[in-house]
Amino acid sequence: MSDIERAEEAHGQAGTTLAKPAGGLPDRFENPGLPPHQHRMGDTDPKAAKRAERQVAILLLLSMIGSIGIIVSIIAIKYDGSFDRIGLSTRAIGLSMFLSLFALGVGAVHWAKTLMPDDERIDYRHRQRGTEAERAEAVAILKEGAGEAALGRRPLIRNTLVGALALFPIPAVFFFRDTGPLPGDDLSTTFWKAGDYLVKDPEGGRIRAADVSLGSVVHVLPEGIEEEEDVLNQKAKAAVLLMRLEENLLTEKSADWGVDGTVAYSKICTHMGCPVALYEQQTHHLLCPCHQSTFDLTQDCKVIFGPAKRRLPQLPIEVDDEGYLRASSGFHEAVGPSFWERG
Amino acid sequence: MTRTLTALSARRRHPLAVVVLIALALLLVGGLYAAVAPRDAQASTSAASADDIEAGKKLFLANCATCHGLNAQGGNVVEGKVAGPSLIGVGAASVDFQVGTGRMPLAQSAAQAPEVSKIRFSQEQIDQMGAYIASLAPGPAVPTDEELDVSGVSDEQLARGASIFRTNCAMCHNFAGKGGALTAGKYAPDLTDTSAKHIYEAMVTGPQSMPVFNNNTISPEDKTAIIAWLTQQEKRPDPGGLTVGSIGPVSEGIVAWIAGIGILIGCSVWLGMKSS
Repeated sequence: MSDIERAEEAHGQAGTTLAKPAGGLPDRFENPGLPPHQHRMGDTDPKAAKRAERQVAILLLLSMIGSIGIIVSIIAIKYDGSFDRIGLSTRAIGLSMFLSLFALGVGAVHWAKTLMPDDERIDYRHRQRGTEAERAEAVAILKEGAGEAALGRRPLIRNTLVGALALFPIPAVFFFRDTGPLPGDDLSTTFWKAGDYLVKDPEGGRIRAADVSLGSVVHVLPEGIEEEEDVLNQKAKAAVLLMRLEENLLTEKSADWGVDGTVAYSKICTHMGCPVALYEQQTHHLLCPCHQSTFDLTQDCKVIFGPAKRRLPQLPIEVDDEGYLRASSGFHEAVGPSFWERG
Repeated sequence: MTRTLTALSARRRHPLAVVVLIALALLLVGGLYAAVAPRDAQASTSAASADDIEAGKKLFLANCATCHGLNAQGGNVVEGKVAGPSLIGVGAASVDFQVGTGRMPLAQSAAQAPEVSKIRFSQEQIDQMGAYIASLAPGPAVPTDEELDVSGVSDEQLARGASIFRTNCAMCHNFAGKGGALTAGKYAPDLTDTSAKHIYEAMVTGPQSMPVFNNNTISPEDKTAIIAWLTQQEKRPDPGGLTVGSIGPVSEGIVAWIAGIGILIGCSVWLGMKSS
């Protein structure tokens, strides 16, 4: 005997007899009704009810202690400059807040579950459609209103109304336009221009080409960027990574734009703009920590893994008469993630 | 029906059991790691004599020459891979770092040489091998005690060290120096238990995937400041409460999702349960 048959038999024994057509399923399922109401302990035993009442009271009392605890911890734990104190204050306030809110919530739910009436009630749904007479009346009112407006007879009002309504939302465009300056060419350009010296980030100081030993990495910014008014925005675009490897490993173009195997590439990932600074000295791969885009320095920073779509742009560099590195031009393309007008 | 369900749920694990289990597992792993973590090697500045170089050469021939070649010129190319790179010009600092942290001699070829707790050589032997390698060609020397002394670092230098660390080191070694993953099984190791000497040597020599930060790109004073900051921040209490390993969104996410959402699920199950 299969499980299904057994279940059906059990069902039959329970007394819910249903007409069973040849297809297997009944025509419609009968409403089984509500199961019999089961009383809780608190409903029948006054002692249990009293106990539940006390439990709720204790929980609400705990909540009060928590609330007072917040005030006490704010007043009592004063910041004295040490990290220990900040930690203690944060923890005391956090735990008191937890106690205050959690005990209040648990108390309320416990009250509702153990003591408040729990008999099942039925709310029947009503028909939402009006009677035919009501519906006809509504249509008549609408038609009457349209006729009284007489837009057909007064085209002047109709046309000016259309004009007024059409023009009304237009000022919003100007409001939104006014929320900030247009980006202009900010996204396509960086601080770098021909002749800018490479300086160390964050220490500052120009970099001598000879000081960059094989396998070295230097984090670089253009000289003078610190004096810019929007220095953080500028740094977010102009950050550059300077690396040195055996020149014969580089592509012809990379080597051309570098100095004796020292090359400078934008540090801003072409995917989402994270700093791509995880340089593996032996594999010559640059890894972006955010989404694992990997760029191969030996292939002109071509993307070899991950979601980035474009190479990291290279910054052409040269050596001045005293041996310091400087940019021989700005970036030849926009750095960082793609944007609408990038083309 | 209700009774069987209740019986089932009574036998089922407590909703917080998973959280407790993970916490215990983390404690166990952490405890084991603490137990087997490497000890700090002693810094030594004894001058290299001809005897040391001779002794170092013997040690080199016995322990390193198989891969690095009889004259440290690098091993033969086997199946497209060099058995061991040339050691000419890598300096005593490189030897001290690689052998002193147990990375060399390499037990087996893998994504990268792991730090090993059992150091096979005494500091004297390591210094002798370093002296031999340094005698082949000039290279970075083992840092002096002065360069490793962090007691004289001022608050300003400490802040500068932290700033340099954040720009130059944090992207691989994590903002708190706890290490992080690189590509294809390679990783930047945790710096917590690494000695000042080995951190300094790693910066000067650029072992494995790590780039070189020579004394011109990061000055010796700044290197000391970085080490001072690392030492200081390991001891500093965290005002934010539990650090959860200081490895950022991964561990914090695990706690938030498993503990936080676990508690929420527990609460909703309790809300929906019929009171007895």
